[in-house]
Amino acid sequence: MISNGNGLPIRSEYREKLARLREMVLEMATFVDGMLSRGMEALQQNNSDLAEEVRLSDDVSDALNYGIEELAINLLALQQPMARDLREITAAIRIATDLERIGDYSKDIAKVARRLRGEPLYWPLEDIPEMARLVATMLRKAISAFVDRDAEAARGLAHDDEAVDVIFKRVTEQLMDHMREDPRYVFQATHLLFVARYLERIGDHTVNVGERVVYMETGRLTPEG
Amino acid sequence: MAAQTPEIRASQDVTRSRSIEASTGPAIKLSAQDLSVFYGKFQALKGVCMDIPERQITALIGPSGCGKSTFLRCLNRMNDVLDGVRVEGQLLMDGVNIYDRRVDAVELRKRVGMVFQQPNPFPMSIFDNIAYGPRLHGERNRSRLAEIVENTLRGAALWDEVKDKLHQSAFSLSGGQQQRLCIARVMAVQPEVILMDEPCSALDPNATFRIEELMTQLKQDYTVIIVTHNMYQAARVSQKTGFFLLGDLIEFDETARIFEAPSDKRTEDYVQGRFG
Repeated sequence: MISNGNGLPIRSEYREKLARLREMVLEMATFVDGMLSRGMEALQQNNSDLAEEVRLSDDVSDALNYGIEELAINLLALQQPMARDLREITAAIRIATDLERIGDYSKDIAKVARRLRGEPLYWPLEDIPEMARLVATMLRKAISAFVDRDAEAARGLAHDDEAVDVIFKRVTEQLMDHMREDPRYVFQATHLLFVARYLERIGDHTVNVGERVVYMETGRLTPEG
Repeated sequence: MAAQTPEIRASQDVTRSRSIEASTGPAIKLSAQDLSVFYGKFQALKGVCMDIPERQITALIGPSGCGKSTFLRCLNRMNDVLDGVRVEGQLLMDGVNIYDRRVDAVELRKRVGMVFQQPNPFPMSIFDNIAYGPRLHGERNRSRLAEIVENTLRGAALWDEVKDKLHQSAFSLSGGQQQRLCIARVMAVQPEVILMDEPCSALDPNATFRIEELMTQLKQDYTVIIVTHNMYQAARVSQKTGFFLLGDLIEFDETARIFEAPSDKRTEDYVQGRFG
């Protein structure tokens, strides 16, 4: 039998599949990260073609999610993973679900961009792109933590999310003020409020990803654990 | 660093709740205290300390030659019969050192029964296999013996399969049935502890699951300790698992902890199948 330096079997096929699972999570994260940035671009540049493209790419995000789930179930059924491997596989399933939701919200942002097409924005978008920038940074940080097995970095995401929530609250108040000002603003302000809400939820999902990384590394399921 | 405060508090709570659990948890049936075993000059077991809870299943895992079977055989002094074996340290059963000179090994083995890898029924009828122990310990009353045989076979989930052929040879049974008969034979003398050394390694999956089901029932009345090469079996049936490596007890903890999030890297490597 092929073995490593300690005379221990390396279970090469199993190891390769586990590495592939990690790659797939990274691949999916990169994909939904792109959906988010292009969705925001479509909104800010009033680009409905780009919005349509993002909307259609949601199918790819779904397919990537199923692919991860399928491989994870295959590993669980056939390889009886234990300890850290087991935690990594279950974490991958959960992370993929969170990424899939992030893809959905990015698609929803693109849908708003299409709804608002041809309509000039009444106010300069400042806070919403700032929220998008923050959650995109959080997403990259969460995935780096997954790849680098860095529980400490993953724990920091909950703190990062507080800044997103602060902006969300401010944006909500501003947009409601606009609606009260003039009923003609309601349509646009409502849709921008949706976008802010989607971004706030994306922030929450990246915090979830961070929690799965902490579990994967420490075996602790709850943040307090 | 305000964000860290709740976490520190939480970990203290965990420590507190664990110590409460330790004081109110199951009683300790067997306690190894700095137990070492030497085969001549070779030290097979290196100062093992382990508290085995009463009426639970404790699994011992580890690669071949790690000391798990040596440890198991200490629990009913089976090692005594081998030449050149020296045991150091203490092994307490209900607080009494079973290696004390005043403890009779034969009497001890009545309290601590053992089941082996290969089913080893005696070359006699099914009935006599079960009645053997009680007869040896002085039971002569026929109807009393018949009652013991029936109750024991029921307890071992074998009664329905053998009740019409109690006087046939035990060898007429399948391998899995023979193994359950051997477990029943141990039960018939009403031990307190049942040791199992690889009890399923000669059995097919169906027979294995039946034995595992039986073990789960046994723990209501007995303290069960099982040595197994099949760590998935340890994961399925036991409440506590000990991992041995090169004569050391590396880690001993709740079974879920050992297989989900062990503390020691060597345990993790073993249960992840990186060596074995």
